[in-house]
Amino acid sequence: MTAEILFERVNKTFARPDGGAPYEAIHDLSFAVGRGELVAVLGKTGCGKSTTFNLISGLIRPSHGRVLVQGHDPYVDFAWFRGKIGIVFQNDRLMPWRTAIDNVALGLELNRLPKPARLDIAASWLKRLGLGGHEHDYPHALSGGMRQRVSIARAFAGKPDILLCDEPFSALDEHTGQALRQEFRDLLRQTGATSIFITHSIDEALWLGERLLVFARPARIAYETALRPDMSAAERDAIRDRIRGVLAGEGAGVDR
Amino acid sequence: MALTGGGSGARPGGRTFTFTRFRYETVVALAGLAVIWQIASLFVPHFLFPSIPEIAARLLDIFTSWKSIVDTLATSARILAGLGGAFVLGTILAMPMARSAAFERYVYPLLNFNQGIPALSWVVIAIIWFRGIEFRIFFIMVMTTLPAFTFQVLDAYRAMSKDLFEMTLAFRPSRLDLFRVLVWPTVLPGILTAWKVNLGNASRVVVVAELVGATGGVGYELLQQQQVFDMAGAIAWTLVLVIFVLIVQGVITLIENRALRYRAVAEHTL
Repeated sequence: MTAEILFERVNKTFARPDGGAPYEAIHDLSFAVGRGELVAVLGKTGCGKSTTFNLISGLIRPSHGRVLVQGHDPYVDFAWFRGKIGIVFQNDRLMPWRTAIDNVALGLELNRLPKPARLDIAASWLKRLGLGGHEHDYPHALSGGMRQRVSIARAFAGKPDILLCDEPFSALDEHTGQALRQEFRDLLRQTGATSIFITHSIDEALWLGERLLVFARPARIAYETALRPDMSAAERDAIRDRIRGVLAGEGAGVDR
Repeated sequence: MALTGGGSGARPGGRTFTFTRFRYETVVALAGLAVIWQIASLFVPHFLFPSIPEIAARLLDIFTSWKSIVDTLATSARILAGLGGAFVLGTILAMPMARSAAFERYVYPLLNFNQGIPALSWVVIAIIWFRGIEFRIFFIMVMTTLPAFTFQVLDAYRAMSKDLFEMTLAFRPSRLDLFRVLVWPTVLPGILTAWKVNLGNASRVVVVAELVGATGGVGYELLQQQQVFDMAGAIAWTLVLVIFVLIVQGVITLIENRALRYRAVAEHTL
C-alpha cells in the first residue's frame, strides 16, 4: 500500500515562553497511513495528538525527522496542498461574518472555483447534512450541532484527498454527537479520502476506524491494531480492555 | 430613513428599535437645549446669548452663500484627508508592529511620546516647518490622530482568533486571500470604531489648525466672528461643523450596520 502520510522518527519540541526547558510534544514518532485508509488516533489529553495533526496539515514543522504527505513536505510545499487537505476541528471554527453557505464555500473560493459553482456545491453539502433552508443564516443563529455540521460540510465540500478530524464531536451533547457520528462515518466511507480521526473516546475510535493507534505521552505509538467491521463483540471487548490497560499504564512506559 | 442594515438572511433584530429610541431622545435633548438657550437670551445681553431665530438666520445665510459652502467643504475635506492619511499611515505602522515585537518596542514609545504633544504645538511646528497652508493642516491632522488609529488597528489585528487563523491557513490561501477573507473582516469593526472616535478629535483639531494658518474654512470663519464679536455667527459656524460630524458619523453607522450585520443582538441589554 502506498504511504499517503508518512512520519519518520519525528520529534517536536516547543520552547516555553518563560525560557524554561523545551517541552517535548512528540518523541521519535514513526507511522504510515495508506491511501484511502481510515485511522483512529487515541490518547490522553496532552499526548501530542493535536501536534501530530498540525504537523500533517503543515501548520508547524518537525524539530527532527520527516513528515511527508503524498510525497511532499506539508510545511515546505505549503501551497501545493491547496484543496488537498480538509480539516474538521474540535470546535466549529466558523467565520462569524460569513453565512453558512459562504463558510462551506470558503475552501472552494480559495481554490478559485467560480462563485456559482462553489455556491451550488456548498448548498448541496448543506442539504446533505440536513441544513437545507439555513444557507443564509449566520453562525450565531445556528445551534452547536448545526454549526459543527457546517464545519463538516466545509471540510468535505472541496473533495479533499486527505481528511483530518480533531475530536469533531467532543463539544457536542451525547445525542447530537451520536447522530452526527453515524452520518460522518457514512460520508468518510463514501468519499474514500485518507482520514485520520483523533478522539478521546475508545468506543468512537473502535466504531469509526479501520486501524487504531494509541498514543502515549509524549506522542509515540504505544499500541496499534487493525479493526475489521465484522469483528465480534468479544474481539472488540478484548481490544477495548487492551487500550484501557495501555492508557492506564502509559506512565510506566508501555511500548508497542 | 432607516439606519438599519438588515441584509438578506440576517437575524439581528433590535437595531431599528435602538435607532428609533436614539432619534426620539436626540430630538428631545436638542429641543430642550434650544428652549433653555432661548429663555436665557431673553435675560442675558444679546452679544452673549443671541436668540435661536437669529442663530437660525445666520445658519441659513451660511447654507445659501456660495463662499460659506466652499469654506464648509474645505474644512470637511481637510478632516477627511487628515483622517484618511492617519488611517493609512497608522495601518502601515500597525501591521509590522503586530508581526514584530522588536519593531513594536521601537515604535510604541514614539507613538506614546506623540500622544503627549498638544495639538497647538503641532500647529506651531507645522507653521515653522512648512510653507503650504493645506499641507500644514494635513500634517497637523495626521500627527494628532495617528497614535489612536495605530493603536486601534493594532488592537483589532491582535484580537484575530488563532483558531480561525489556523483554520484559514489549512486551506492554503495566498497572502492577499488571507487578508481578504480573514484579516480585513476581523479588523473592520475596530477600524470603524477608530474612525468614529477620531472624527470627533479631528473636527476639534482642524478648527485650531485653521484658526492660525488658513485663509478659509470653518476655523477661519470662527476667527472672523471672534474679531467682530459676533456670537450668533460663531455659534452658526460651530453648528456647521457639528452637522458635518453628525453626517459622517451617520454614514459610518450605516456602513457599520451593513458590514457588521452578522453580529448577534441580545433582546435584553445591560
